[in-house]
Amino acid sequence: MANVPEDLHYSKDHEWLRVEGDVAVIGITDYAQNSLGDVVYVELPKPGEKFEAHESFGSVESVKAVSEIFTPVSGEVVEVNESLSDEPEKVNEDPYGAGWMIRMRMNNPGEVDSLLSSVEYEEFTSAETE
Amino acid sequence: MATPQLKQTPLNAAHRRMGARMVDFGGWDMPVQYPYGTIEEHLRTRTHAGLFDVSHMGEIDVRGRDAIAFVNRVTSNDASKLVDGQAQYSALTTPEGTVVDDLLVYRFAEDHLLLVVNASTTPKDWEWIRSHKQDEAVELKNMSAEYCQLALQGPDALRILQTLTDLPLSEIKYYHFREGAVDGVPSIVSRTGYTGEDGFEVYAAAERAEQLWDRILEAGRFGETDGVMPCGLAARNTLRLESAMALYGNDIDETTTLLEANLGWICKLGKGVFIGREALARQKEEGVKRRLVGFEVTERGIARDHQDVLVNGERVGQVTSGSPAPYLKKNIGLAYVPVEFAGAGQEIQIDVRGRAVGAQIVPTPFYKREKKQSAGSHQPSAKTQ
Repeated sequence: MANVPEDLHYSKDHEWLRVEGDVAVIGITDYAQNSLGDVVYVELPKPGEKFEAHESFGSVESVKAVSEIFTPVSGEVVEVNESLSDEPEKVNEDPYGAGWMIRMRMNNPGEVDSLLSSVEYEEFTSAETE
Repeated sequence: MATPQLKQTPLNAAHRRMGARMVDFGGWDMPVQYPYGTIEEHLRTRTHAGLFDVSHMGEIDVRGRDAIAFVNRVTSNDASKLVDGQAQYSALTTPEGTVVDDLLVYRFAEDHLLLVVNASTTPKDWEWIRSHKQDEAVELKNMSAEYCQLALQGPDALRILQTLTDLPLSEIKYYHFREGAVDGVPSIVSRTGYTGEDGFEVYAAAERAEQLWDRILEAGRFGETDGVMPCGLAARNTLRLESAMALYGNDIDETTTLLEANLGWICKLGKGVFIGREALARQKEEGVKRRLVGFEVTERGIARDHQDVLVNGERVGQVTSGSPAPYLKKNIGLAYVPVEFAGAGQEIQIDVRGRAVGAQIVPTPFYKREKKQSAGSHQPSAKTQ
């Protein structure tokens, strides 16, 4: 069973979001990394780039496949996890910790309310698996 | 829209029990990877052993006085050169010299050959072969559903399989086979494979598949860090790509000729008439305009199937297979490019979703195992001259 921490917010594109004041830390979920398989490459934006909600901000690649990653909310990238360029496997090993991808200053922290809770995300993924 | 019913190999339930992720592969419900993951499966095959269910492959039995003459007319390699107990890499060719399918031809006797063809092309191949039979005295039988096929590949393959059979495996040369019992199951044991490693492919009755699968895993101490590991189609693909073996449907198909695919070594133009011979002879004389080459990505990025190849900003060709190479730890691929850009060392770029990523053409195979013992002759690989 995939790990779904209670204190995070989730998108239907399988990203997670942690609120730290007006900054959102964003990564992909345990379910997503498990579906992808061994992550071998992560492409991320540069600090300063601005995104709308649900916009593609990069990609994550396994041996077999390429997946785009989407912003759950709108904002400006303030930091990216540079260590993933040398150690993309962190996305598999610790998707909610060392495998984080970007930190974004949110335009409107209220947008977080439209995301799924851990319970809702768990229901969503179990429906998708069936 | 109704989901078409996927075909299953006799090991379908076993894969599911082991937690494999199943995918639709050319109409077959096949394991793409097991819980260990593609990289681990790939590395284990290179360093110890990997076990693959390839029961989806098709088997076409050819019997009769004209078996060799008939097969020689529909395939490009020279089946008359085979001796009993020998196998040969070959191709079914169109009149244009392009590829209906690539296959293995096994010779059991002068009047008995077995053609092993790709899974998704089996119905097409069967129709093609049947419809091209003229007045030859041969009986054709599609045996695909009767056989299972397990591939045990890697440096430990021989040692593991030897614990289950009295056949003297070390005496079977590369691209040769013997018939005998494996764990008591009547089998064809062939020293062939699609990984670039030493290893064996075992053919047996479909209903004995689970027994063989379980016993080989047990004999190979599956679960130990240096034991055998079941491997899915994703690892099978990366292993064959590191060895630069062509994949039908990607690197070769009915739009590519054997010569363009560097498979001139299976075009025996002097053997007599076969379908596609004239076209191939003409192309050989005129020279090919494009060629399948191997490349390594030299910048950050992974080339994928169907991406365009650029030279000086111009689109000159297409990637037919592109992937990370887990053992080589590089990003590699095969692509068709015009011959003027096909030389090793040529700088190219790959259009990776709108980003031009640098790459360089390199000699193939990308990976070649160190041979501990003489294992025989030619390896079916896309060679760069």
